[in-house]
Amino acid sequence: MKCVCWHGKHDVRVEEAPDPEILNPRDAIIRVTSTAICGSDLHLYDGVIPTMKKGDILGHEFMGEVIEVGTDVRNLRRGDRVVVPFAIGCGRCFFCKRGLWSLCDNSNPNAALAAKLFGQSGAGLFGYSHLYGGYAGGQAELVRVPFADVGPCKVPDHLTDEQVLFLSDILPTGYMAAENCRIEPGDTVAVWGCGPVGQFAIRAAWWFGAERVIAIDHVPERLKMAEEFGNAEAINFEETNVPEALLEMTAGIGPDRCIDAVGMEAHGSSPDAIYDRVKQVAHLTMDRIHALREAIYCCRKGGTLSIPGVYAGLLDKVPLGAAFAKGLRMEMGQTHVHRYMRPLLERISGNGKLGFDPSYIITHRFPLEAAPEAYKLFSERRENCVKVVLQAA
Amino acid sequence: MISSLTTEGVATDEAPQASAEDGHEPLGRVERLLSTLGGSAFVLGGLRHGLTRGRLRGGGLAAALCGGVLIYRGLTGQKVGSRIRELAGAQVNNRAGVPSGAGVRISRSLTIQRPATELYARWRDLTSLPKIMRHLEEVEVIDSKRSRWTAAGVLGKSVQWEAEIIGDKQSEEISWQSLPGGDLQTAGSVRFKPLRHGRGTELKVTLKYNPPAGKLGATIAKLLGQGLEQKLDEDLRRFRSVMEAGEAPTVSGQPHGDGSRGRLLPFASES
Repeated sequence: MKCVCWHGKHDVRVEEAPDPEILNPRDAIIRVTSTAICGSDLHLYDGVIPTMKKGDILGHEFMGEVIEVGTDVRNLRRGDRVVVPFAIGCGRCFFCKRGLWSLCDNSNPNAALAAKLFGQSGAGLFGYSHLYGGYAGGQAELVRVPFADVGPCKVPDHLTDEQVLFLSDILPTGYMAAENCRIEPGDTVAVWGCGPVGQFAIRAAWWFGAERVIAIDHVPERLKMAEEFGNAEAINFEETNVPEALLEMTAGIGPDRCIDAVGMEAHGSSPDAIYDRVKQVAHLTMDRIHALREAIYCCRKGGTLSIPGVYAGLLDKVPLGAAFAKGLRMEMGQTHVHRYMRPLLERISGNGKLGFDPSYIITHRFPLEAAPEAYKLFSERRENCVKVVLQAA
Repeated sequence: MISSLTTEGVATDEAPQASAEDGHEPLGRVERLLSTLGGSAFVLGGLRHGLTRGRLRGGGLAAALCGGVLIYRGLTGQKVGSRIRELAGAQVNNRAGVPSGAGVRISRSLTIQRPATELYARWRDLTSLPKIMRHLEEVEVIDSKRSRWTAAGVLGKSVQWEAEIIGDKQSEEISWQSLPGGDLQTAGSVRFKPLRHGRGTELKVTLKYNPPAGKLGATIAKLLGQGLEQKLDEDLRRFRSVMEAGEAPTVSGQPHGDGSRGRLLPFASES
């Protein structure tokens, strides 16, 4: 089969590899039809996530058709069309039983290693480093899906791949980011980062009853998308002083709920951002956290900071004093995708009414073979790239 | 304590398997030369590996230590196991369990979302344990109390011992100790305690063991990443996965790219 493999910083190749096989009774093999490149794949592309190995197959946003199931998978059949959650959950451990699927105890074969680093291990993830299990990802023609009896979500034929593909990660991720805010009537929600997750967090903030939504980025097209499709007020951080603008816009109280949809590779030109950049280049720190610092600084007293952006390592100069002084509540973590797929699928299909169509964020479509170009283009934010879908079949 | 005996083949009635493996037969000349040369390469490689990273530790240190062991073999013509045993005051294993004050003690507990009765039953079925616990190679049940255990030892060598169950409370606790004559002295227990509020069952394993080469052996084993504590941790995680999820997670056997047929940029020029 063809697959997209990681070979180092800015080195992604399309290769031929043996077809995956069923390894466990609860496995399934999926023939991938569509797969996307996630903003978090760019962290891998930039080489800032540890424990990647040359030849690892990338991709955690994918969907396709079931072609084989293990002996313990009874709810799926050959030919079923499914979307697969990026986090792998067993459905039966302490965490899965409580709906915390991305914290599954039983899906990371390298749990002992992750526990050494983090205290405890989260779930295994597709195509996202050996710390998270080293699972071969879905930017491939075929992929093995563990715990397929509880993960994949069947989707009806009348919905296109592009309408449902994002159920695998970014739509639930944006949704959970907004849910974690615990939005109350009258609240202003500020969203740092208008990539795909930020765009969906903006939409979901309205669903949870926000009064106003403010979008912060420096890419004009992304801000335009947030205004047009997300009905948000835009701040370009390259033109405007964000803390001042937010105070002004909220009559001095600050945004009630802040969402950091940027994560560990924040851009910025302030002294702290340059400090992070230098340290990251010198491998003294893994994460650049300008957006996180600014969100803490701007958030209303007693407000909420929700962090869907990915952080991986040790953070330097986190203004925890400010967060403490202002009594902030912080919510974060990998998305419990399983929890949101079916409700969001209903929102997409609309139940007779006009459903939500998340495909508006797609700016580029390529065949799987063009993955190296697609990564490069997305990484350099060229051609106003927001979201890339790779067609595998 | 009998501490001055050599480790040459001690075959007793209780433990015919007690090995005669590494007596003091001297190594041949060629073997000594190879050992010295190979050892030097290891030391140099290990030091260089360590130094390029600014500090000597981990793999570099382990390689350097292995090298040192090989050089010792080469220069003295002695196998190292026997020398380490001498240094550590090795003795004939003629008693059950682990003498007080000797050996290493480790324990670990974890929460499993299955009833205690089920966990107990699976654990009590000793012969099935190697399927779950990777560092165990085989368990043979001799009778209702006694069993013979084979485990992966240090540097790819197996260790074997016989054990007897000395405490067995249905669904609550199993405890055991090794019998005289085995390759290592060990004793331990596993306890199953139901937790309230639907939080599952607490499983707690306590293990004491006296490795073949004393504390020095355990230290080397640890440096090589084969410490028993780590193995116990990994094995118990696998036990939990099998009990809860019905299978242990794995990626061995999955495909990956080998880089040889990779196609680099640009795509456009090819199409």
